[in-house]
Amino acid sequence: MRRFVDWWRNPWGKPRFLAVFTSLYLIWSIVPILIAVRFSFNDGRSRSTGQGWSTRWYWDEPDLSVKNDPSLREALFQSLELASLTMLIAVPIGVALAISLTRWRGRGSGTARFVSLFPIVTPELVMGTALFLTFVHLFQFVELGTVAQLLGHVTFSISFVVIIVRGRLLSIGPEYEEAATDLGAPPMKALRLVLLPLLLPAIVASFLIVFAISIDDFVISQFLSADSSTETIPVKIYSNARGAPTPALNALASVMLFLSLFAITAVIVLQRAMQRSRGGGKGGIEDMAQMRL
Amino acid sequence: MRQSRWFWPAFGLPGYVWLGVLFLVPFYVILAVALGTVDPIFRFPQPVWNPLEWNVGAFEFIFEGLAPGEQFFVIFARTFAYVGIALAVSLAIGYPVAYYIARHGGRWKAFLLLGIVAPFWISYLMRMLAWVNLLQDDGYVNRILMWVQVLDAPRNWLDGRASTVIFGLVYGYVPFLILPLYAALDRIPRDLLEASRDLGASPAQTFRRVTLPLSKAGILAGAVIIALPMFGDYYTPDLLSGSPKTNLVGNQINLFIHGPQPTVGAALTVLLMSMLAVLMAYYLITTARMSRANER
Repeated sequence: MRRFVDWWRNPWGKPRFLAVFTSLYLIWSIVPILIAVRFSFNDGRSRSTGQGWSTRWYWDEPDLSVKNDPSLREALFQSLELASLTMLIAVPIGVALAISLTRWRGRGSGTARFVSLFPIVTPELVMGTALFLTFVHLFQFVELGTVAQLLGHVTFSISFVVIIVRGRLLSIGPEYEEAATDLGAPPMKALRLVLLPLLLPAIVASFLIVFAISIDDFVISQFLSADSSTETIPVKIYSNARGAPTPALNALASVMLFLSLFAITAVIVLQRAMQRSRGGGKGGIEDMAQMRL
Repeated sequence: MRQSRWFWPAFGLPGYVWLGVLFLVPFYVILAVALGTVDPIFRFPQPVWNPLEWNVGAFEFIFEGLAPGEQFFVIFARTFAYVGIALAVSLAIGYPVAYYIARHGGRWKAFLLLGIVAPFWISYLMRMLAWVNLLQDDGYVNRILMWVQVLDAPRNWLDGRASTVIFGLVYGYVPFLILPLYAALDRIPRDLLEASRDLGASPAQTFRRVTLPLSKAGILAGAVIIALPMFGDYYTPDLLSGSPKTNLVGNQINLFIHGPQPTVGAALTVLLMSMLAVLMAYYLITTARMSRANER
């Protein structure tokens, strides 16, 4: 006890109070998630106490596990389908948009830059309402369901791609491309042979990050869902959390967690590798922390 | 470089068209529904596309409900109160954490940041589900509180308590506040702090007169970036309370849009959006200014 008091009061060290506060914050922030994942491996039916270990709620249970309950399985596939398609559509559009926004300096470019970042700050509820009413009243040829959800997901993902790619473009600068055009390359060729290879890490990061935010999205998916067959994992959690009878819902949520954390770990590993090959620079995590508009 | 001045704008054309058709046009659709009419027999909303024929019935309905004590007044007052308290608590938690990592993170910095960033990539709904598990009658929260004898009997945390909903909002959004705060604090040059010390300021004075003013931009940006989604939140109250006693503007919009009066729902959305537009514009303009300053 005495040693602890001395350690706490040591005026020459780091501020102990802040150190303890920060650790407590991190525990508070992370441990509940770990507990929720732990319940998904419960051997019993409880979602509020630990009861042994099993993979029963993932695949063993005949009708109630993620693998064997059609409604949970469909939610998983719906999430995966949406995230994959969103990734394939949003990234090319976003990359082209980012290049255009960075290089275009003329009249109207300021407005365009403003509009392309607006989806980031628009509350999802507003965007969800807007898209829902649009598909119901104006573009009636788009039925609510997978297609509407896909259009919605791409719309908010584009802005994230723009931020990621624009950050990289600004740090590359226009010099390489200018050198290529001075040496006689037409603009499209300079773009393809010089700029795209330089942008590759940002493009790969965009794919993975769009996958993760699409998997995690709730509001847009819910507003644009047609019926229970087009519910994604977060929508399933929303409709079942308070009434769920078994840890299968925790298992489904954990599958989603593993998927998006896998995508993000891949981004961090990739950025680390890039940094090592270039030498210097801050870590990938810190770049992400510094991510600004 | 010899290229047409249309080259770069044309290059991003798919993106501009996409955002125009699926982001800007939908805003007009909300307006057309909010200011539209209702089919007299089936009560279906009829959007009115021509601004000259707009009708303000739904807004009149809402403004009547905004008189003190009426339904929308209560909802808006509750939303401001919850978001205000949640913001204050988030700042009280977030600032010390961001300060510690930026100033004293040392070799643990990357690890600590990983802990801060992790919740970004965990679905918000998953994080709320975790607390639904913990706050059950026989959940760990009740068991710990009974073990330390704060409670005699399990308390039902999930039956419409304002405190639980505000707690959920803080838990859900505080990481999004810490990151901009960290970025602002990390950017403060150490020379300034040393200069302050050399000129005779105590640590507390240095904090109050150097660190705090220099992190003001980060505080405001962070507060805005979490206030925006909080104002549009309906799932936190739904999951952690489920009672109409804790309904926020978001719940009301969700109910009206999918319920009997989509016109009123659309009008509420327009109202919310015009309140938040100030915050959104503020955020976009200040961050644009900051990133331009960094480019130089």
